[in-house]
Amino acid sequence: MEYTPAELMVITAARRLRDGERVFVGVGMPNLAANLAKRSHAPGLTMIYESGVVDANPSRLPLSIGDACLVTNASLVCSMMEVFSFYLQRGFIDVGFLGGAQVDRFANINATVIGPYDRPKVRLPGSGGACEIAVNAKRILILSPHQKRRFPERVDFVTSPGFLGGRKERLRLGLPGGGPEAVVTDLGVMECDETGELVLTSLHPGATVEQARANTGWSLRVADDLPVTPAPTAEELRLLREELDPKRIYLKGGE
Amino acid sequence: MSGKVMSMAEAVRRFVADGDTVYAAGFTHAVPYAAGHEIIRQRKRNLILCRATPDLMYDQLIAAGCARKLVFSWAGNASVGLLRAVRRGVESGSLEVEEYTHYGMTARLFAGAAGLPFYPLRSNTGSDLVRVNPNIKTVTCPYTGETLSTVPALNPDVAIIHVQRADAEGNAQLWGIFGEQREAAFAARRVILAVEEIVDERVIRSDPNRTVIPGFVVSAVVEEPWGAHPSFLQGYYDRDNEFYIQWDKISSSDESLHAYLEEWVFGVADRREYVRKLGAEKVVALTPKRYYSVPVDYGLYV
Repeated sequence: MEYTPAELMVITAARRLRDGERVFVGVGMPNLAANLAKRSHAPGLTMIYESGVVDANPSRLPLSIGDACLVTNASLVCSMMEVFSFYLQRGFIDVGFLGGAQVDRFANINATVIGPYDRPKVRLPGSGGACEIAVNAKRILILSPHQKRRFPERVDFVTSPGFLGGRKERLRLGLPGGGPEAVVTDLGVMECDETGELVLTSLHPGATVEQARANTGWSLRVADDLPVTPAPTAEELRLLREELDPKRIYLKGGE
Repeated sequence: MSGKVMSMAEAVRRFVADGDTVYAAGFTHAVPYAAGHEIIRQRKRNLILCRATPDLMYDQLIAAGCARKLVFSWAGNASVGLLRAVRRGVESGSLEVEEYTHYGMTARLFAGAAGLPFYPLRSNTGSDLVRVNPNIKTVTCPYTGETLSTVPALNPDVAIIHVQRADAEGNAQLWGIFGEQREAAFAARRVILAVEEIVDERVIRSDPNRTVIPGFVVSAVVEEPWGAHPSFLQGYYDRDNEFYIQWDKISSSDESLHAYLEEWVFGVADRREYVRKLGAEKVVALTPKRYYSVPVDYGLYV
């Protein structure tokens, strides 16, 4: 069955979510991944949004993290102060999704500026809640297209700390969350090893190690055992195309 | 009738001064656009604009020349892209910025609202934000000895808040997403409250748990139906996502952005005219079906 790189990214991310987990969700692909997991293997997933919506049950695809459809039929709505304090900082979030303009070797994320801060080449939106998610969530999943400019050796600006210069540095700073677990790209999956460095651990069907290396800004190490990502099932594609993003708002990319 | 009920023109004239620190509250939901447009019409200058998510409203205020500084935590057009006037201002160096994380911004307001000088949090540590924003500092916990990041209290001169309903004294009820409205109301020196409907005090008293802001912190009450468009108001109107997408094109140059302001801000006298110009078709399209909650029983104790 034919599928797009964007669809495979969302499906691969969804499979990493486990039933019963509490997920801090952003809009776009993370939202699709969480909803896909909830409608397939993880019906007990709780979706929490930084707008303060807890256990959302959206009747349509939300176009922002503050969409009215997230509130209607949710279990609870609280203030931002409460969602960041009680839910995130208190340690109730199992998984946080993040993305950014740049992700580096130790999975630090830049969503602030390209170039120097004072006179940026490109001014990006900034942290939003990303920094607190990176600091506090038990594990972090990152979604990003695999391009060399997006995966530099070191980000121009650390908006959200991954493992900084390595796992030990994060430990030394005492950040409560577990840090990044994996980066899902359109070529494969990279996971943080025992030092915190991102290592290629699976390849999507048709992608090659050479492609992944050519599109990574550091000398990318490859796991000894390198499985091929299982292709999407017909049911996963049906859920995405017919129920979750029928207008192809987020999944038109990469066709 | 309370002396607080007035037009938006009067509220902005009396309670927003040049140079003020302004916090227009509402996370995606209930963004007080009617007040923003009136500030542009009255050509207020040198404002320090604070908001977790500047949204299109601050893009408009900045393009109109009202601001000298932006304090924020996420400056984007949600699901569409970047805020282009903000970006032009930053990249050209003409707009001063001070940035935090979302938690940092809301914690600043919380500290201001609680009468505290700062608030400690676990965010910021490890982020380069601490390198570029000297107002993010650290404190050693006197109980555990651990180092915590701190943000300074924010006490705006004026907070602007849009809610579904309030009485004439400004006892305000808000449902749906209430991002940082309560914190902003208590932190600010003055509060302009825009409401979809002014209701009888008895309506408010029938459901006190839904009241989020007491009238005694409110300076002005403005009845302003559709005052939060193009953002949304839970149960009243949906977000005008089409406009958020169009804004990307409108704001792509100063010329097209100013043409928009001429037509939709300077070209109308007030929000009533703006809504008329928006048209019945749009209003109908954005109005959701009714979906009431089950009433609760507070009990009558006699």
